[in-house]
Amino acid sequence: MDLVEHFPVLIVGLSMFLAYTMLLAGYLNRRLPFFMSLAMNSFFLILSLFILNHVLATGPIRYWQGGWRPPWGIEYVVDAMNAYLLVIVISMVILGLIYSRGNVRHEIEERKHVTFYVLVQLMAAGMYGITVTGDLFNMFIWLEIASLTAYALIAVAGGRALRSAYNYVIMGSIGACLYIFGVCWIYSVTGTLNFADMRLLLPLVYDNRAVQMGFAMIVVGVMIKAYIFPLHLWQPDVYTYAPSTISSMMASVHVKVMFYMLLRMFYSVFTLDFIRHYIGLDLLICWVAAIAILAGSIWAIKQRNLKRMLAYSSVSQMGYILLGLGLSPLSPWGLVGVAAHILNHAIGKGCLFMCAGAISQQEGLRDIRDFEGLGKKMPHVCAAFTIAALSMIGIPLTAGFASKLFLIVASLDAAQYPFVAVLLLSGLLNLVYFWRVIDQMYFVKHKGTENAAEVRETGKSLPLSMVAPILILASLCIIMGIIWLTNIPMPLINHILSNLRMGVTL
Amino acid sequence: MMEWVTVHVLEKYNFWIAMLIIIIGLTATIVKENLVKKLIGLSIFQTAFFLWVVSLGDVGRNILITWGLKTQTPPILWSEAAEKGYIYANPLPHVLMLTGIVVSAATTAVALAIVIRIYQNYGTIEEDEIIQKELEFERAG
Repeated sequence: MDLVEHFPVLIVGLSMFLAYTMLLAGYLNRRLPFFMSLAMNSFFLILSLFILNHVLATGPIRYWQGGWRPPWGIEYVVDAMNAYLLVIVISMVILGLIYSRGNVRHEIEERKHVTFYVLVQLMAAGMYGITVTGDLFNMFIWLEIASLTAYALIAVAGGRALRSAYNYVIMGSIGACLYIFGVCWIYSVTGTLNFADMRLLLPLVYDNRAVQMGFAMIVVGVMIKAYIFPLHLWQPDVYTYAPSTISSMMASVHVKVMFYMLLRMFYSVFTLDFIRHYIGLDLLICWVAAIAILAGSIWAIKQRNLKRMLAYSSVSQMGYILLGLGLSPLSPWGLVGVAAHILNHAIGKGCLFMCAGAISQQEGLRDIRDFEGLGKKMPHVCAAFTIAALSMIGIPLTAGFASKLFLIVASLDAAQYPFVAVLLLSGLLNLVYFWRVIDQMYFVKHKGTENAAEVRETGKSLPLSMVAPILILASLCIIMGIIWLTNIPMPLINHILSNLRMGVTL
Repeated sequence: MMEWVTVHVLEKYNFWIAMLIIIIGLTATIVKENLVKKLIGLSIFQTAFFLWVVSLGDVGRNILITWGLKTQTPPILWSEAAEKGYIYANPLPHVLMLTGIVVSAATTAVALAIVIRIYQNYGTIEEDEIIQKELEFERAG
């Protein structure tokens, strides 16, 4: 057995172990947990890059926990999609940690810092766990670890965040319960919990009502967690009132990991045959996604609070990813769009939420109408915000353009022309609500410009640890925009497609 | 009619009972205004679900009837059971739900902690009163 094959379980196990060690170390020194978490996550990033390299070179990793053969034991399966997502998740966790260094001092009481980092590390462990696991029940456990820590991390902010955290607890628990409910329905028919084993056994019982019911419950449960449009009601409050670090981490990777569960259900547990011919869900999902895209954008236009606007924008962006998933049975480009937008939305929305946190920290501004003349006061942050916003809109040579291009190609390839119109229209709507902010930042004259120098003196300048992640993510928006248009990601895309679609590549 | 009742209700009574309790729990979660009562509803929902999954472990009921056997043994390997060909209950649902109960307890603990913080913050745990207070805060700026 190759050494690399132990890395997935090492990442997950060490993350859990590290979280509790951090709690103990926090009693010795309050600053220690942050540095431990940063160092170990950087180590995990190196491991995950080795995993990605190994997966691309020699195929999926299958790790049997304790040597028990599946379907009896728990199996960890890492193929190209997992490895790619794992790299994204770990990188965003590292950037979020660096950002939190300056941000928690402002938003969270001193005595809660140790437990804050412990919970962030536990949430990261939950997300890594969902990403690498190959077992339905194990996935539920990791899902609950990632969710329970998220509830607590949102409530840390206090005030209005408490009620939004409570709503999330109720909605999230119902979602997770529906997921495990569906899993148990399917288990009662097949008697197995392993992805690969289920994929083999399920085609015999696709007609069975219990299987179809279980699938429906899983899809609805995961959709609550991934705030797909009609089920997004808990999300705007949570993203608005949570600490900025947590909003940024949740919007960039937490929800992607939840969505990844849906992807696994579609491709590794069930097959496209089931989705298309037994329940006819593919076009229905496309239409749900189209409504999500438009409704999210329209609600975003109505918002005045920057973070709430970004939250509704996330609802609309999750619609894009869902549209890619819905189109993927009809065209391989749909999955390319999903893979591309998972990364592009992670870097773009992560950057935007970090900018929103930075603006509220330095200037104390949350309402978009108060942003006059901000471009002069906070040049770096506003420039980064503009680049990330352009990426969300989908201006050519930014990351968002590439994923929109893939989705439009997918709709054309699948001969589903209405969705091309939806994508173009949503680009316009995105332009409306992001341009409003950029306009306020740069072009509206500040009424009290005479004492601008005074403002600069009173305003605390941001620490480098907050500006650096913002600038890194903003530059990634441009770099990835160029990389997606070249041949560099082709091996990765082909591996993802061939693993998920059983050998059919572009 | 009687046959339908026998096949779909009496033989699957565990499904019906569990679904009834699940609906009671979900209704409480949605309808109640009191935050703690909502949580009680959620707990009922989760517990009823555990009840149903544990009842799935009773795999041999149909086989027992057809074979004329009377006992379904616990999942323990002992010589008499092997000789007489007893059917044993499936242990896996029980084990899964043991983990599920832990998760449900953790969820309740986190939610109750949040409710306590809400009470300290707003002085009430009735949802309509909390929303009223939030609106007042907003008007006051």
